Amino acid sequence: MRYLRLFGVFLLTALSARMEYRANFLAALVIVLLESLGMLFGLFLFYQNGYDLGGWRWQEALAVMGVARFLEGVFASWLNPNLQKISERVQQGTLDYVLLKPVDSQFWVSVEGFAVWGLPSFLVAGLLLAYAAGTVGMNPLYLVLALALATLLFYALAFVLATTTIWFVKLYNVVNFLGAVLWNAQYPVSAFDRPFRLFLTYVLPVSFMTTVPAEVALGRKGPGFLVLLALLAGAFLLFSRVFWRFALRGYGSASS
Amino acid sequence: MEDVVVAEDLSKTYLVAEKDPGFLGTLRHFVRRRYKRIEAVKGVSFRLRPGEIVGFLGPNGAGKTTTLKMLAGLLYPSRGRVRVLGYAPFERRPGFLKRITLVMGNKAQLLWDLPVLDTLRINAAVYDIPEPEYRRRVERFAAMLEIEAILTQPVRKLSLGERMKAELMAALLHHPRVLFLDEPTLGLDVNAQAAVRDFVRRYAREEGATVLLTSHYMADIEALAERVILIHRGRLLFDGGLRALVARFAPYKEVRLDLEAPLEPAALAPYGEVVGVEGQSARLLVEKPRLTAAVARMLAALPVRDLAVEEPPLEEVIGRVFREGRLG
Repeated sequence: MRYLRLFGVFLLTALSARMEYRANFLAALVIVLLESLGMLFGLFLFYQNGYDLGGWRWQEALAVMGVARFLEGVFASWLNPNLQKISERVQQGTLDYVLLKPVDSQFWVSVEGFAVWGLPSFLVAGLLLAYAAGTVGMNPLYLVLALALATLLFYALAFVLATTTIWFVKLYNVVNFLGAVLWNAQYPVSAFDRPFRLFLTYVLPVSFMTTVPAEVALGRKGPGFLVLLALLAGAFLLFSRVFWRFALRGYGSASS
Repeated sequence: MEDVVVAEDLSKTYLVAEKDPGFLGTLRHFVRRRYKRIEAVKGVSFRLRPGEIVGFLGPNGAGKTTTLKMLAGLLYPSRGRVRVLGYAPFERRPGFLKRITLVMGNKAQLLWDLPVLDTLRINAAVYDIPEPEYRRRVERFAAMLEIEAILTQPVRKLSLGERMKAELMAALLHHPRVLFLDEPTLGLDVNAQAAVRDFVRRYAREEGATVLLTSHYMADIEALAERVILIHRGRLLFDGGLRALVARFAPYKEVRLDLEAPLEPAALAPYGEVVGVEGQSARLLVEKPRLTAAVARMLAALPVRDLAVEEPPLEEVIGRVFREGRLG
């Protein structure tokens, strides 16, 4: 309950911080909308030329893109601002203040920040998923569950990578890498070559973040895959916690 | 009553990677790292009783901040035992964290782009402070620090002094019983320093809080602390009353001379240790047993217009202790 209240306070605080820079805010809105349109146009071109992405219909491919856009929203709204801040805190030593609060430190560093830039991505995701649901049909309950689990999985992966900044301090590569992961995740995984597909599925569970959730919601895969997704997300989440604790032991706290 | 802080044989050793300068040094560093062990704190023991305000002194790099961080639970001690309010700090249990605070003069917890009140509101949620109680505390602290007017301004627009006062407010909102203050007056002007000092003293008295503070400004220590702990190169040099410190390390009095005409320091040297000569005024340190005789000789031999005997400034006493590295 206290964590929920804290989450709300963080959200409102971050919102008012972003509103301080009104011009930036408007510019970011426009950029995100243009980017979404660009991606949509790219996918449209494939299908326009009769290309079919690994046996996926146009509407189904849109569902995958919808899930990817949803994660992009999570990334832009929460992950990116917060992960950036972790490395900033390590450099400046202000992680100390987080560690001194009687609140789970992983929770704090994961949700304190919030950027409105992600909201248009959620809007686009909503439109794409609604269109797919309206044309080829989707199970709404499965969709919500799959989105939630995909979010957790993506979060855990991103958080583990960001945690390494306690040693390496620079986050630049991590953010670039996650951006690339999301870029690949916007197409159904079967659109890729087999070796690459195996890599995306098992080495980095990218396909579990977008393709599998879309497949379950579309009914292409049974609900058993939701359980699999839950297990995978749970395992990654657990690992991210253990890894964070481990990293904190190495955190010397930037001296005076 | 139980001691609030117990440190026994507290030690901290850091492993620091060493790198030779230049490109070759970097290459070598990349292939095979050499580490150097740095003992920041070596076997320091002390205890703090409830309600005590203790000054924690030492030159830069003496191990003050490292010790404070071990007491606050940010660093794990390499050796020794530490208890604060009966807790092992490094476990960072909620019950412990809710009753302590650490203020670092060179690190801000306030949100830079937002008004002070936003940070305060977050802390209220963190520490589960109910709304009416939160309002009462903000009102009380703001009045004590005289910063009511700036609470709604973005932190980045505040002066250093205002910011530090607001930092203290954020750090004490949860009414901690133990305060670790690391250079809380760093860089502040005299007025702001005095305000911060008064606030800390009043808070400690009204709440019965225990305070351990470091400062480079002796005025802070003189105004707040009756007891001081000195550390130098990670070792404890002295632990006791301010007066005992002066008596032990400064068996001197300071003689201030106002002269008819300027004199060379060499001309004053026979009477005591010359600390400063500026035009027609001079300051000398004279050992207490020789004081009467020295003053008599000065009055007889020098063109003295005025002469005063005072306690030497604390800065000089402490500086002397550190230069000589004497063990207490």
